[in-house]
Amino acid sequence: NEQLAIPQLRQSSYRHETPPTNPSRRCLHLGYFGGKRLHKISWSAPKPSPLTRSAPMAKLAIFFTLTLSLLPFLSHSFSPDTPTDRRILVLLDDFSLKSSHSIFFTSLKSRGFDLDFKLADDPKLSLQRYGQYLYDGLILFAPSVERFGGALDVAAVLDFVDSGHDLIVAADTTASDLIKSVATECGVDFDEDPSAMVIDHQGYAVSDVDGDHTLIAADELIRSDVILGKTKIEAPVLFKGIAHSLNAANTLALKVLSGSPSAYSANPSAKLSSPPSLTGSAISLVSVVQARNNARIMISGSLDLFSNRYMKSSVQKAGSPSKYEKSGNEQFVTEVSKWLFHERGHLKAGNLRHLKVGETGEPAMYRIKDDLEFYVDIFEWSGNSWEPYVADDVQVQFYMMSPYVLKTLSTDKKGLYHTSFKVPDVYGVFQFKVEYQKLGYTSLSLSKQIPVRPFRHNEYERFIPTAFPYYGASFTTIFFFYLFVFFLVIKTRFAGALQMAGFFIFSVVYLYNNRMVGRPPFSIL
Amino acid sequence: MASPESAVNGPTMTAGAASKSLRNAFGGVIAFIILVLIGVLAFSIRLFSVIKYESVIHEFDPYFNYRVTQFLSKNGIYDFWNWFDDRTWYPLGRVIGGTVYPGLTLTAGTIWKVVNSLNIPLSVETVCVFTAPIFSAFASWAAYLLTKEVKGPGAGLTAAALLAMVPSYISRSVAGSYDNEAVAIFALVFTFYLYIKTLNTGSLFYATLNALAYFYMVCSWGGYTFIINLIPMHVLLCIVTGRYSSRLYIAYAPLVVLGTLLASLVPVVGFNAVLTSEHFASFLVFIIIHVVALAYYIKGILSPKMFKVAVTLVVSVGLAVCCAVIAILIAVVASSPTKGWSGRSLTLLDPTYASKYIPIIASVSEHQPPTWPSYFMDINVLAFLVPAGIIACFMPLTDSSSFVILYIVTSVYFSGVMVRLMLVLAPAACILSGIALSEAFNVLTRSIKFQLPGIAGNPSIAVRMWRKENGSSTVVAPNDIPKTEEAAKEKPAKKNRKKEKENVEKKPTPSKTEKRLLVLPLEASVIAVLLLVLLGAFYVVHCVWAAAEAYSAPSIVLTSHSNDGGLHVFDDFREAYSWLSHNTDVDDKVASWWDYGYQTTAMANRTVLVDNNTWNNTHIATVGTAMSSPEKQAWEIFHSLDVKYVLVVFGGVVGYPSDDINKFLWMVRIGGGVFPHIKEPDYLRDGQYRIDAQATPTMLNCLMYKLSYFRFVETDGKGFDRVRRTEIGKKHFKLTHFEEVFTTHHWMVRIYKLKPQRNRIRGKTKKSKSSRSVSSKRDVRGKRNPWH
Repeated sequence: NEQLAIPQLRQSSYRHETPPTNPSRRCLHLGYFGGKRLHKISWSAPKPSPLTRSAPMAKLAIFFTLTLSLLPFLSHSFSPDTPTDRRILVLLDDFSLKSSHSIFFTSLKSRGFDLDFKLADDPKLSLQRYGQYLYDGLILFAPSVERFGGALDVAAVLDFVDSGHDLIVAADTTASDLIKSVATECGVDFDEDPSAMVIDHQGYAVSDVDGDHTLIAADELIRSDVILGKTKIEAPVLFKGIAHSLNAANTLALKVLSGSPSAYSANPSAKLSSPPSLTGSAISLVSVVQARNNARIMISGSLDLFSNRYMKSSVQKAGSPSKYEKSGNEQFVTEVSKWLFHERGHLKAGNLRHLKVGETGEPAMYRIKDDLEFYVDIFEWSGNSWEPYVADDVQVQFYMMSPYVLKTLSTDKKGLYHTSFKVPDVYGVFQFKVEYQKLGYTSLSLSKQIPVRPFRHNEYERFIPTAFPYYGASFTTIFFFYLFVFFLVIKTRFAGALQMAGFFIFSVVYLYNNRMVGRPPFSIL
Repeated sequence: MASPESAVNGPTMTAGAASKSLRNAFGGVIAFIILVLIGVLAFSIRLFSVIKYESVIHEFDPYFNYRVTQFLSKNGIYDFWNWFDDRTWYPLGRVIGGTVYPGLTLTAGTIWKVVNSLNIPLSVETVCVFTAPIFSAFASWAAYLLTKEVKGPGAGLTAAALLAMVPSYISRSVAGSYDNEAVAIFALVFTFYLYIKTLNTGSLFYATLNALAYFYMVCSWGGYTFIINLIPMHVLLCIVTGRYSSRLYIAYAPLVVLGTLLASLVPVVGFNAVLTSEHFASFLVFIIIHVVALAYYIKGILSPKMFKVAVTLVVSVGLAVCCAVIAILIAVVASSPTKGWSGRSLTLLDPTYASKYIPIIASVSEHQPPTWPSYFMDINVLAFLVPAGIIACFMPLTDSSSFVILYIVTSVYFSGVMVRLMLVLAPAACILSGIALSEAFNVLTRSIKFQLPGIAGNPSIAVRMWRKENGSSTVVAPNDIPKTEEAAKEKPAKKNRKKEKENVEKKPTPSKTEKRLLVLPLEASVIAVLLLVLLGAFYVVHCVWAAAEAYSAPSIVLTSHSNDGGLHVFDDFREAYSWLSHNTDVDDKVASWWDYGYQTTAMANRTVLVDNNTWNNTHIATVGTAMSSPEKQAWEIFHSLDVKYVLVVFGGVVGYPSDDINKFLWMVRIGGGVFPHIKEPDYLRDGQYRIDAQATPTMLNCLMYKLSYFRFVETDGKGFDRVRRTEIGKKHFKLTHFEEVFTTHHWMVRIYKLKPQRNRIRGKTKKSKSSRSVSSKRDVRGKRNPWH
């Protein structure tokens, strides 16, 4: 059966070419790309199915069934269930960096990452093959590269980020336009003066020689446990490199390590002729960006920050009595890279559900003034498993053009968030919206549409107490009209009067029988 | 146009009673057959659209009615009543049950149910398509009844035949035009008939039926306010001209009481039936008629002298009370900003009102005043016959004929305000033309008959009428229905009928006055008859042409004839809607101008922001503003409303004139009415609306221009717009926030998708030479080897 063998052959050859580890992950944030990807990956399944191998005549259908049955196991390796990066491409100017920055790389390796070192101008450079990304993260330790080798360019790097992958860019005084333009596209502007460095005459690191104060002991760190870890970084971070700034309107970028108020950016060897364009705390030394698809980017103005030399050296900030045996660099770099590669601060939310109080199923529509309960699950990735996320600031909106209800959710500390509220007295198409944007965390944006209808015709109150005088008025009018006609008729025809009386009694009985609320008026028929 | 009573005309009527009744029976059978044929004509003349195109629902509003009917047939009446539709007016939603006139839907739903319970498996769509033709047959019959009440069966049959094919009515009731007017015209004419019938007979039975017919009209169409204002006007006219009678009271008072009670049962009317000024006239006249009735009663029991004293007393006290009441009423009414009138009614009273204050009403093409040719197009020769009919109604002037005169006068005015209300004029024009034609034929055929040798001895002298015959037929009690009908049948035959007032007073003394009958020369009569027949023939030809060519296009399918006679079909709308229904998510929101809202929900089953039920001006203005804004602002507006797709209609490629660019100024006006930063002059160059190189930058950068003309230059290389007959101003541009996802075969519908928000925010550094050089490098590399 050759016709059937062909797809299978193709399948196996494809499998050989594809790297065994699965490149993709975090489908949650890819939106509708997620489903597509999932499907493709099930074809290029890394685990060979033994049955198909051993029985070349196996029907295609069996192959399908097997692939599908394996899907739950396979999906474990690439699904949003494990958001931490696995394979990282490191691009270097030259391979000496591999040893001079080995502490950083070793720490990554020890945390389970596969590092693939390549020269930045390697002509075989490629991030993807057959539409699949080969890597989950990219580290650009090649500040001076003018152009990448192979199929890599700025657009490819940005596409890599836009499809949800992470990036570390380190620059220094030799930073090329290429690196700067990558940073600009991510929202970080390096100082345009190519010879400028960050100078700080007060916050410099004390060293043996009285240098030009470009080696800075920076300690203006962002106050965020999720980015920098729970352990406080005591020692200053050594930094020598160029400054960059962030656009104030850019809500996605954060200064992780910023310059002290006395820092400025200028050429240390030239005389300062005009005021420096970047000064004080506007200077960012290290920034992180979390894109809207939750891809994370770290941009550092100094490559040396990651070097073994800085990590090991002792540090004393000028004017400060305390001298540290070891600089804060190692801790800083490790913690930021943990955040960057989604070992921390990665949330997933789902299972948004709501129900009417006292009912079990999720209704398709609410009525105004219904009481409802709302639930959502939020978990945080701890590096190897999903842990319940505990916070007291998660809110749900009941939203129709503007939030009509805004409630803080309470959690049971097992990942389940819950609240209950009354539907407002407004009908329309509402949404349950959970918009959670907390510094350093994955931004969560969930919504679920739900229409709210007005009362049905028989859901209104049938008899309103305040209206009893009106009811009385109409019923007495009816009664006396009957009476009037009765006497009018009895004067002429007795039988007619009897009919009248009978009809009157019938009407009273009918009205009495139908006094129940919500009964259709003609049910007696 | 045969008048059966012509058979019972003439001096030979002294024949025995037996032969007379036989003739009457024969005339009745003929009349019945003619009526059936008229019904068939009315139905079949409206089938051109089905034959030429297909059995589809037409235009915009019918799609909504169709969708509602489907819902009704699926879910039953209670769910229909309580239907909250979450697929339109996103995110506000619309309570369909409380905002829709349910008459049409219930009618079609009932027909569907009956037909299906008889095991005739018709689809809801088929029933909807054919509802309008069926009801136009009913309307013709109702016109027959009404005219018969006014001027006898001959005029009735003529009017019915005219109404069966009047183009104005055809335009709203061809097969597939499933709109409220389809049943409402029948209800309107039938209500008038029952009113006249009650007025002629004084029967409480007909008065009750009249209230029920009015209820059906209220269920069917907002035009019911025409009835509830016209009838009081007529009542007032009767009172003022001294025609008050107990029959008038019976015709009017139950209608107001029962009719108002019933009208308030319709959810969409509800308390409006007693609160709004549209209904105010009826209540005022209701009070007046009671005062008048009381006055007549008191006059009857008091001596004339006492009566005078009473009048002075009552008038002085009554005036004071009236002044107080009216002052209070005026204060109440004036406290509301629109003086208690709805915008549409105010537009009718003051034709310039809408264009000044409510652009949303003025923007609808059917709310524009008609042009003169449209009268000739829509009612054709009736326009010339109507004056003759009015004259005929004045001799003699009866309660019923005065009603018809009032009807035509008011409807002519209303049709002059809004082209849509031509539809109300059409029945009136048909009735009066029927009367005119019938009278003319009467006179002419009688003249011929008198002058034909052997029939009358002395044709040129005046002829005496047979007084005794008259007397016996008019003395009967007004409640005796069949005899009164007979009397009515004979009425037109007698030119010298005694005065109506005597009839009102029920004085049995027949007047013995003699009048000369008009007898024309034989040749003139023959020629005139021939000319009238020719006129009728022209009318028929015109109507058939209008039905076949002008009014049968379903407007969702367009056709054009090429030079070699070939037929080209443009089915772009359905193409686009089916693309939407197959390629978008079921909960996606589609933004378009409100014209296409009903069709999008009905055909594509997608949620829309605004639709043809223009109940929320602000929401429409929001969409108008988005369409008139630059791309970025428009994207923000649409994004805030969860819109995924934007649909625009563009006729520039094929020359389809009613596209969005031509409607665009209304979007600007309506948007600017709510959001003042949109200013109409920004879109006009020297007061001229243009899209060529002279157009303003605001115009060339607004979303509507961009979405309409995106890639347009690729069609012919020049960007020549065949609707505006000019080359467009801005030809080459890119869209930053929208992406084209679908354009139909003839480019008539273009669908765009909102691009998602940018993943990253770029830095502020000017993208100077550095980045450009990078991109150029990239290009070079890309060409060299795409794989490495």
